[in-house]
Amino acid sequence: MRKRYIVLTAYIVFLLLPIYWLINMSFKTTNEILGGFSAYPREFTLDSYRTIFTDPSWYGAYINSITYVLINTVISIVVALPAAYAFSRYRFLGDKHLFFWLLSNRMAPPAVFVLPFVNLYSAVGLFDTPWAVALAHTLFNIPLAVWILEGFMSGVPKELDETAYVDGYSFPAFFIKIFLPTISAGIGVAAFFCFMFSWVEMLLAKNLTSVSAKPIVAAMTKTASTSGYELGLLAAAGVLTLIPGAIVIYFVRNYIAKGFALGRV
Amino acid sequence: MALELIDIAKRVGSETHIHPTSLVLPEGSFNVLLGTTLAGKTTLMQIMAGIQKPTSGTIRFRGKDVTGLAVQQRNVSMVYQQFINYPNFSVYDNIASPLKVAGMDTAEIERRVMAAAELLRLKPMLKRKPSELSGGQQQRTAIARAIVKDSDLILLDEPLANLDYKLREELRDELPKLFAGRNAIVVYATTEPSEALLFGGNTATLHEGRITQFGPTSSTYRLPKDLLTAQVFSDPPINTTRVEKRGDKLHVFGSKVWPAGQVGSGLPDGVYTLGIRPHHVTPLPTDVTTGEIEGRVLVTELSGSESVIHLDVAGDTWVSQSHGIHPFEVGSHATLHVDVDRGLFFSPSSGERVS
Repeated sequence: MRKRYIVLTAYIVFLLLPIYWLINMSFKTTNEILGGFSAYPREFTLDSYRTIFTDPSWYGAYINSITYVLINTVISIVVALPAAYAFSRYRFLGDKHLFFWLLSNRMAPPAVFVLPFVNLYSAVGLFDTPWAVALAHTLFNIPLAVWILEGFMSGVPKELDETAYVDGYSFPAFFIKIFLPTISAGIGVAAFFCFMFSWVEMLLAKNLTSVSAKPIVAAMTKTASTSGYELGLLAAAGVLTLIPGAIVIYFVRNYIAKGFALGRV
Repeated sequence: MALELIDIAKRVGSETHIHPTSLVLPEGSFNVLLGTTLAGKTTLMQIMAGIQKPTSGTIRFRGKDVTGLAVQQRNVSMVYQQFINYPNFSVYDNIASPLKVAGMDTAEIERRVMAAAELLRLKPMLKRKPSELSGGQQQRTAIARAIVKDSDLILLDEPLANLDYKLREELRDELPKLFAGRNAIVVYATTEPSEALLFGGNTATLHEGRITQFGPTSSTYRLPKDLLTAQVFSDPPINTTRVEKRGDKLHVFGSKVWPAGQVGSGLPDGVYTLGIRPHHVTPLPTDVTTGEIEGRVLVTELSGSESVIHLDVAGDTWVSQSHGIHPFEVGSHATLHVDVDRGLFFSPSSGERVS
């Protein structure tokens, strides 16, 4: 029994160490970070955080990121819901092939799409807007959302649909009032994965923006090269980047396991 | 004034789910659809409800053609084998949902929901969600929703199949009372012949997408039109054997000779398929048994007051169902007694009943 705890504790320490070190660094001055090894901040400072919350080029980057992530999540879910319903309820020519093809979209590396996207969005005037990133990310997120939602929808017996029609519900009324609340867990899980992919994806986000829509992932790498080493600032930005994900995962933690059980996450 | 199915057929791709079928269900009647799994009971009910469209044929309700009418426009209710309720609604809202969709005023909805909840003993659970109820209560909720709106047609698709024994008995007793005095046509699908007999009313026997017979339950049971109907409407399965009738004797299994009896005597000499229901085969001779079979005991199932004995008779399995406990050792040789007078004679070629 004792042994098991030791292994588990060692594993958790191993996992949490980099996160602790990031937090640790974010409260240090850059001089202290570069000066030597210290397990906790000797000169505790909130300067890094103060800079981020007052400098528009920092907090603006967060707002940009949050904007395109939210747009992307909403588009992905809204588009994926009817598609997933069709895949789960109807049989049509080539449905299984189409379903698999959707998923295979996710297997392409984002780098492949950088060039066409940049060229395309420049041509239509979307370059350097949150919409550019949001739309680019739907290429990966809609297939994922369809895949996850289809699993949850197929877990709802089709007799529920029929009962609603028998009771007099029209299709839209049934879908919104009964079906969506029934699969709300699935929507939560799908939204979580769309959110996380879009939040951490860097290549497309960085290349599809320049100044006005620069996301936080791009801002973080840039600062490292321009004004020398501002490691404290970067660490603070890193900590703040972790927080939204932590908040979202808190809300869907109970449903994620269900998604895994359905084999869809 | 009834629901009429006229030459209804359903094909999906190259598969035929329902062969052309005609059926007239009178208003206020209780009808049982009896058949094994995949016999087409659910498909037929969905066609009646309008959830599925028939490939060909016409459905008329009260003289009006409703074939193309969407299910929402028909006044029907349906209860499924799985306990289907809206998981995000409370029990009250579940029962009230068809009335709310119809736009009934709140006071009237409340009055009706309360009445239905009272009938199905759901009053203490009205505020709960379906997932917080037992299986029996969930199915009661579904039934309450089906009866709350005064439907013209109430379809019950094996509603008791997923309930445990006690709840099933309980709800089975209550069901006919719920529908008594309503003007609705009730259709009840089941795989169990005993349920059909308990409910009475009319029974339609289904076999592989065909209705083999439709009529009052007791006459369908006693006087099946053909062998298929007798097989569908018998549990344990009806025993059948080839008999050759010569004079006033029946030659069975090549060796036994039975008296032709009251029924068989009237038939012309020839070969027949004889059907004997399991409860007309008894371990002990009685005043009415006139024939005997011998064979090896395969299985004996003894319940509290009943014995079911499976006997291997020259390669055929015969089943006897009788009152009392009759322990037979498996593998032993046994003689059972047959009430030949209660036998049903079928034509071996067409399967139609000839006696």
